[in-house]
Amino acid sequence: MSNETEIANQAMEEATTEEQQEMQDKVVSPEKAEEAKLKARYPHLGTKPGGSDLLRKRLQKGQKYFDSGDYNMAKAKMKNKQLPSATAEKTEITGDHIPTPQDLPQRKPSLVASKLAV
Amino acid sequence: AMAGVGGGNDFQWCFSQVKGAIDEDVAEADIISTVEFNYSGELLATGDKGGRVVIFQREQESKNRPLSRGEYNVYSTFQSHEPEFDYLKSLEIEEKINKIRWLPQQNAAHFLLSTNDKTIKLWKISERDKRAEGYNLKDEDGRLRDPFRITTLRVPVLMPMDLMVEASPRRIFANAHTYHINSISVNSDHETYLSADDLRINLWHLEITDRSFNIVDIKPANMEELTEVITAAECHPHQCNVFVYSSSKGTIRLCDMRAAALCDRHSKFFEEPEDPSSRSFFSEIISSISDVKFSHSGRYMMTRDYLSVKVWDLNMENRPVETYQVHEYLRSKLCSLYENDCIFDKFECCWNGSDSAIMTGSYNNFFRMFDRNTRRDITLEASRENSKPRAMLKPRKVCTGGKRKKDEISVDSLDFNKKILHTAWHPKENVIAVAATNNLYIFQDKIN
Repeated sequence: MSNETEIANQAMEEATTEEQQEMQDKVVSPEKAEEAKLKARYPHLGTKPGGSDLLRKRLQKGQKYFDSGDYNMAKAKMKNKQLPSATAEKTEITGDHIPTPQDLPQRKPSLVASKLAV
Repeated sequence: AMAGVGGGNDFQWCFSQVKGAIDEDVAEADIISTVEFNYSGELLATGDKGGRVVIFQREQESKNRPLSRGEYNVYSTFQSHEPEFDYLKSLEIEEKINKIRWLPQQNAAHFLLSTNDKTIKLWKISERDKRAEGYNLKDEDGRLRDPFRITTLRVPVLMPMDLMVEASPRRIFANAHTYHINSISVNSDHETYLSADDLRINLWHLEITDRSFNIVDIKPANMEELTEVITAAECHPHQCNVFVYSSSKGTIRLCDMRAAALCDRHSKFFEEPEDPSSRSFFSEIISSISDVKFSHSGRYMMTRDYLSVKVWDLNMENRPVETYQVHEYLRSKLCSLYENDCIFDKFECCWNGSDSAIMTGSYNNFFRMFDRNTRRDITLEASRENSKPRAMLKPRKVCTGGKRKKDEISVDSLDFNKKILHTAWHPKENVIAVAATNNLYIFQDKIN
């Protein structure tokens, strides 16, 4: 093969690699595309979603009302009349008022038998 | 598709029964939260969000009623757990039954463990079909007889009575879990069982309720450092010293209780290597394992994460031996599944009796079965539209893009509120129970 042809071939190969790279960048994995969508909607979303925030929310499932944090938030809220900005994490908005045992809904067991047992 | 093609392992699933209300308005309490066959398959238990347990019993085949061959009918029902409020911690404790596990049968009575987020209970279900009559000191209606009027002595006689099935709580295992119980598992020694919450696993003796041994504790000293939680745990079916637990990071740890009293250090660590370039915001969330089940043989275990089911050989820690895609088309929907919380749905999985097939649920009341030998898979639907007696189930297909064929359903038409999280396979026969929100479907293989 002549020198010129070799160089031409090499140039062609390089171009193909570049084109390939371009194609790859365009074909984003569906997961990454979904991630981009989410970040576009919630720009303040943390980069470590599986980390402590999410897990601690999971651990606190069922936590309904009063603790000192709620108390302080309620006090602050009454002072400032300012709602916290909606965050990306789906935290329950607590701290609206200071609950008392009378406020808590009395959950009674269901007196009706299961409909599977009919 | 698996069905209808002929060949040894192909199943032909047919509708058998459906239990539960038909109305569209589903009460939260009626949502089924666990389904479990007992060791013989004669009994099928369900638990619901309202804290109730319903046990079905399989009818004996009889010449008189050939059409009800193998049908499951209500055997017993009771309120297992009730809602509670922990005032000290300001914590609402749901009555929802998270898991039911049967004990192996040792006498005429049946025993099961049922658990909510905080308390495990051992229930005894016993039959009474005889009644003693002819007491000396009291009448048949229970009134005491005047002792001075008794002139003769008689021996009470056992008379038959209408069958009565009674459920009574025999043990209550409470106050051992700070976090929410996700699993219970009876040990092969039939004496102990384990209970697992988000951060700890405890070992109990079935006879002892005031003590339990903590065998795993992954709570960090500083909760800010929390990176993963325990999602499921199970005892090995034959080796009473071995158990596994899965994590929210997609890993499984196998522990040997002979090694140490506290099994914080695993004996085996199962994790599939991840391609770092494909990592996204969703990677860890969808890798979280929602269920782990040993095969009946004890040689394999199966894990369910959001999009797939993996079979692991206990002798190989670095990757699963089989991976089955449940609903890969959801990968391009992860953003909306995160927003509507569906990405956190916890699907269970189960083996058939011979470990040749596995089953797990999906959305739109679809459930999936994989034949491990033929590598064929099928998608079926639990629907009242296909509920004529012994009607064969038609395979379903989700169209992922392009032209939707007739009978296919597009990804965007799937109903994500119709989730099949809980399924169970009869330990010996091809009978399956599928919980679809508030309805329980039972399907049988035609060649059964």
